[in-house]
Amino acid sequence: MESPFSNKSPGAVTRSSRWAEPAFQKIIFLSALAIVVLLLGVFVSLFVHSMPSLRAFGPAFLFGKTWDPVRNTFGALPFLVGTLLTSFLALLISLPFSVGISLFVGEYFKQGPFSAFLKNTTDLLAGIPSIIYGFWALFVLVPIIRNFEMKAGIFPYGVGIFTASVILSVMIVPYTAAIGREVIALVPSDIKEAAYSLGATRQEVITKVILPYARSGIGAGIFLALGRALGETMAVTMVIGNSSRMPQSLFSPGNTMASVIANEFTEATKVLHLSSLIEVGLLLFLVTLAINMVGRYIIKRISIEA
Amino acid sequence: MHQKKLRWRIIKDRAFRGIVVLLAFLSMLPLFLILFYILKNGLLALSWELFTEIPKPVGEKGGGISNALIGTFMLVCTAGVPAIFLGIAAGTYLSEHKARKLAYWSRLGVDVLQGTPSIVIGILAYLWVVVPMGGFSALSGSIALGVMMLPMIIKSTEETLNLIPYSLKEASLALGVPYYRTILRVILPAGLSGIMTGILISVARIAGETAPLLFTAFGNAFMNWELSKPVNALPLLIYNYATSPYAEWHRVAWGASCVLVGFVLMMNLFARVVTRKWKMQF
Repeated sequence: MESPFSNKSPGAVTRSSRWAEPAFQKIIFLSALAIVVLLLGVFVSLFVHSMPSLRAFGPAFLFGKTWDPVRNTFGALPFLVGTLLTSFLALLISLPFSVGISLFVGEYFKQGPFSAFLKNTTDLLAGIPSIIYGFWALFVLVPIIRNFEMKAGIFPYGVGIFTASVILSVMIVPYTAAIGREVIALVPSDIKEAAYSLGATRQEVITKVILPYARSGIGAGIFLALGRALGETMAVTMVIGNSSRMPQSLFSPGNTMASVIANEFTEATKVLHLSSLIEVGLLLFLVTLAINMVGRYIIKRISIEA
Repeated sequence: MHQKKLRWRIIKDRAFRGIVVLLAFLSMLPLFLILFYILKNGLLALSWELFTEIPKPVGEKGGGISNALIGTFMLVCTAGVPAIFLGIAAGTYLSEHKARKLAYWSRLGVDVLQGTPSIVIGILAYLWVVVPMGGFSALSGSIALGVMMLPMIIKSTEETLNLIPYSLKEASLALGVPYYRTILRVILPAGLSGIMTGILISVARIAGETAPLLFTAFGNAFMNWELSKPVNALPLLIYNYATSPYAEWHRVAWGASCVLVGFVLMMNLFARVVTRKWKMQF
């Protein structure tokens, strides 16, 4: 019969632990190191491969209005403008809705089936792949907007910057709302009670106490949503119209940094074209990096305070 | 005068509450509209043929998505296995050596990678794999997806392990169990539910990713089992078919969307069940 203290029991120091112990430490060390190496690799690769374009255009790349692969002239301004317009418009559209959800879940109905329902639905919204949003927008949203444009007397493209902003706003609501509801629920109840005891109505407590208190947290949520909106590719690519000219109005077709990469990368045969696209990717990477870092910094500061 | 002002404030309060409720439910509307359209058009397109046939050329009726299903399965598996191992190992390091310099940099790397747009990761997989190999391949697609999976798995592993009480580890070490076995046999199993949740959510996420596959896995109209050749994937097929002008392809795309959304929602639901059922109480 096997003794309970045989080598097979997990408690026994076996011969294998002599080499397994350092090997285990080495494996987890190398895995952590791999992440750092990966990150450095991202930087270096993007930088090295955008060198031809960096050399050819320098900082003028950022201000050039023409993106013409045929004449080998590349300026990224139309995409920068397109990205900024779609992202900020999307934030603007989504803000009332995400604040609404945050207040609903974080203040009005903290428990109960309604808030559970809302929480679950926002989680599901966040989980749906962006290609599905794009597909849906292309077949449902675009005709609606084309109809609207015909009535308003604008050239009825249907696709364009505005359409992309609308679908983006749907996609980022869950991100802002998730952080918003946490920070609103974190507002200390004594200051709320103080306001109530002075005779404030609930609306006054919300607009004068809760929202100012939770301001920086909601700001962090907006930053993280912005980081996501800037890099969103598929849904935008499908409905923005893919025009490399400077957008003339909110309803004209355009391109974002991400969508121009998605559209032209496989067709880029010239070195300069490819490297210009990679430089756009580098820019996109750096911008989202900066915005995410700011958002995370704010969140970290809040959770220390709370 | 006073009475009037009071009534005005009460009305304002009621109105505000109404607006909040309205906005909250309005923002749920898109989800239901999307699910409605996917179900309405998708269920009609679902058939046995859809799952068993490969796509047919333009003009021919029918055709299926079997090559995309196999492709997505291949991509997720070859991306997932290394990413899960590497992710759990790195997450263990971050939780075990919290204060080290490497942990700080590594954590920063995870944060940055998590925020990196997926299209940029596609560019990297192109530069790192497609260019040296001389062509689009399933392997480059899985590397792109694996890089996307890593931060999610590391994060969930680290956060789960941080919640496990130190006394559990001390108890195991006090019994003379070597450190590595304590981690592998006591700590990691105790955090299984959290780690599994992370894995399931990340699989759901990468199964629907399109952008990094555009110039890595590239898409393929035929069945392909080889890692070194281009392969079709469910989201790629939806993209190509949805943007095509053919009604028959749109129909297939709706069917494929239905399958994809079903898979993603199932994974999310499954993750929830795992969290609830397997959760260890300390």
